[in-house]
Amino acid sequence: MMQPMNSAKEKLRLLADSARERVRELKESPLPVIYVGCATCGRAAGALATIAGFEKALQENGLEAQIRQVGCLGHCYAEPLVIIQNPGFPPLLYQKIGAGEAGILVRSFLKDGSDPCYEYLIGALEADENFPTLMDYPRYLYENRVVMEHCGLIDPEEIDSYLAVGGYAALAQGLEKGGAWVLEEVKAANLRGRGGAGFPAGKKWEIAREVEKTPKLLICNGDEGDPGAYMDRTLLESNPHQVLEGLALAALAVGAERGLLYIRAEYPLAVTIMERAIVAAEEKNLLGADILGSGFSLEVSVFQGSGAFVCGEETALIQSLAGNRGMPQPRPPYPAVEGLNGLPTVINNVKTLSTVPSIIRRGWQWFRAIGTEDSPGTAIFSVVGEVEYPGLVEVPMGVTLEHLVLDVCGGIKDGKEFKAVQIGGPSGGCLPAALADTVIDFDSLKKVGAMMGSGGLVVMNEDTCMVEVARYFTDFTQGESCGKCTFCRIGTRHLRELLHSITLGEGSLDDLADLEELSQAIIKGSLCSLGKTAPNPVLTTLRFFRDEYLAHIEEKRCPAKMCRTLIAFYIDLEACARGCDACVACCPTDAIFTTSNRKKAIDQLKCVKCGECVYVCPPEYDAVRRVSPPEMIPDQGVEPLTEKEESQA
Amino acid sequence: MLDQLLAALNATERAAVDEEEYNILQAIVEELPAFPAEVSQLLPILQSIQKKHGYLPRLALNMVASHVRTTIAKVYGIATFYNQFRFNPPGRNPIKVCLGTACHVKGGEILLENFERRLEIKEGETSADREYSLERVACIGCCALAPAVVVGEKVEAYVTPSKVEGIITEIEVRKEMAAREQVKNDAANE
Repeated sequence: MMQPMNSAKEKLRLLADSARERVRELKESPLPVIYVGCATCGRAAGALATIAGFEKALQENGLEAQIRQVGCLGHCYAEPLVIIQNPGFPPLLYQKIGAGEAGILVRSFLKDGSDPCYEYLIGALEADENFPTLMDYPRYLYENRVVMEHCGLIDPEEIDSYLAVGGYAALAQGLEKGGAWVLEEVKAANLRGRGGAGFPAGKKWEIAREVEKTPKLLICNGDEGDPGAYMDRTLLESNPHQVLEGLALAALAVGAERGLLYIRAEYPLAVTIMERAIVAAEEKNLLGADILGSGFSLEVSVFQGSGAFVCGEETALIQSLAGNRGMPQPRPPYPAVEGLNGLPTVINNVKTLSTVPSIIRRGWQWFRAIGTEDSPGTAIFSVVGEVEYPGLVEVPMGVTLEHLVLDVCGGIKDGKEFKAVQIGGPSGGCLPAALADTVIDFDSLKKVGAMMGSGGLVVMNEDTCMVEVARYFTDFTQGESCGKCTFCRIGTRHLRELLHSITLGEGSLDDLADLEELSQAIIKGSLCSLGKTAPNPVLTTLRFFRDEYLAHIEEKRCPAKMCRTLIAFYIDLEACARGCDACVACCPTDAIFTTSNRKKAIDQLKCVKCGECVYVCPPEYDAVRRVSPPEMIPDQGVEPLTEKEESQA
Repeated sequence: MLDQLLAALNATERAAVDEEEYNILQAIVEELPAFPAEVSQLLPILQSIQKKHGYLPRLALNMVASHVRTTIAKVYGIATFYNQFRFNPPGRNPIKVCLGTACHVKGGEILLENFERRLEIKEGETSADREYSLERVACIGCCALAPAVVVGEKVEAYVTPSKVEGIITEIEVRKEMAAREQVKNDAANE
């Protein structure tokens, strides 16, 4: 009979207890603790300079505090984010803290404790009567964080901080009850693959489990290549152990002995963090041989992808692991039956695996209660573009696009008009604001011609040209087509050229019919979903924004004033101020000259239409105008200053 | 092995291998035996060469091919298939302009053009003095900070066309400061 002390759960309890003890010491530390969000996005916004700022200020003021690097909270608009835990106060979250603000926080808040610097404060992490709490904000209130629950709050390089919040408890439970039980739980939860296609994860596992060939392999697909999506990177960087726990549970359910994390080489920080996390988990016997004494073993390693978008496709990913060009293969045989080296290989997305631990811990009924009947659970979107609060958002499946854009993300920036969303990256589509009541789940989006994809969501206002957006995505897929199927290889090239000529004002009405016919042919003639979905941006823009195509073709006009051949800039002499040289100084091609009345004008032959003068023109003058078509420039009778006048000036 | 490969080249090709490249190739000859001689290791081998030396010299592909016992065509095919690999030395200050969706919508192409104009090189090229190289990248995952540019290891957020000048100036100033420091140190050592 098994001794209780030997059981996986019991062993984990000991690990968790000591972890909690260590974390409690930090939480109750008599010294202040400063947590700085240091994922790639935080670093881009200057988090490392912030840390240096804190260190310098602490030293100058003779204070002591612990500085910890944490992952990403997903509030990209407010980076660099800092949480300060000062004894006597609840943990407080601050936004946009650079080195200078760090100094102010140290002097005003940490030194004499009198002023918690409300001007930088977002809110308190815990309910408190003196501070607004995060739940007072719509962003926090509407979100339902399941997968991202601990992101940005725990130290990704410290396994104890994951153990202390109940990490690896699901694995211990799974080890006790066995792989078949884990599989049944996930099947009952109807967890659908978060990589975009929405194939039920449980079904995939079951197929591989029933294959007799061994050893089996489990791959975590972190080859996130969609331009505009970065949630996989965030999960890998901010909560690596959650990914590993999910991977281990999946391997247990499938009966795999090897696990592999396939991560893009463009994510160097994610690679480093995951490699360290694997070592840390092995040290605690949570990975490796005979995990927690259960007899189940799992060797995990990291493989770096080399920057090919198509490798996100299962069969192409396997080809690249085998040292080949990443070209998709016909299915069946499915990788779950016959994958890498002919052995059963299960490939799951980072988000799918990250969801597994909470399903096991809280039960499938809990999971099914979130989201919709056919798409249970939450969806993570990277909402970027023209919204007030861009960043990562985790909402239950089944909310509408409108709710996501207007309520959760604060609506459109600068009071502009909500025009469209591009959802699902190059495989997705552009939906007009009129369809904003579309429900977000795997099936509803397909119905309107878009796709869940990996969850990239770019919000566009009236300044974005939909023809140009379609051209951009086609350009992307054309470059990333592996070249195997003729229609994808050559068809996307023709699509791109047609779209390009339309943006130059050289298109004809026949081009529209050609675009449609060619798109249908590419969908039929491509093997993998890269080709099958490549025309989606073209088809959806043609369907919902046909008037923009017509304006480009018939009037040589770009309604959004974005296509550079079809626009021109001029300076309104009525609004321009004498003596202001802001635009002259910024113009990269010296196209702006002083007119005979000492105001400014643009030499259209030199102008490259970068729009920088619009940006720098002081708002009180706001004199630079953008027009389409270029012939719309009014004749203001401008003459350059003569040389004599110039020398006098 | 290296001299054999060099002997197989024609005169112009041989002349193109300068001393620097020769030394890199020599180093690769010594590094290769540490890798398992398996075709499945091709990507890790190429990645490791590029990580160490910054690019894949042409003859390195030949050496890798003979190490894993496959054709040069296969190695070349793989190296050119994946976006990560480059075949000319990068500049000391590699500049990567992000052209992901969000950056594109916010004017990434205009930034790229500005860099091209300012540095007088085209995308994919390295300046003659090896100081700068310019590339476009699909998405660096900093979409909320668009448009973004990666200079060396550092991500520059919310870049505007006029900030291009500032970025280059900052690099130039750093370079000058380092040169001054060097002169001072040299004087102190003497």
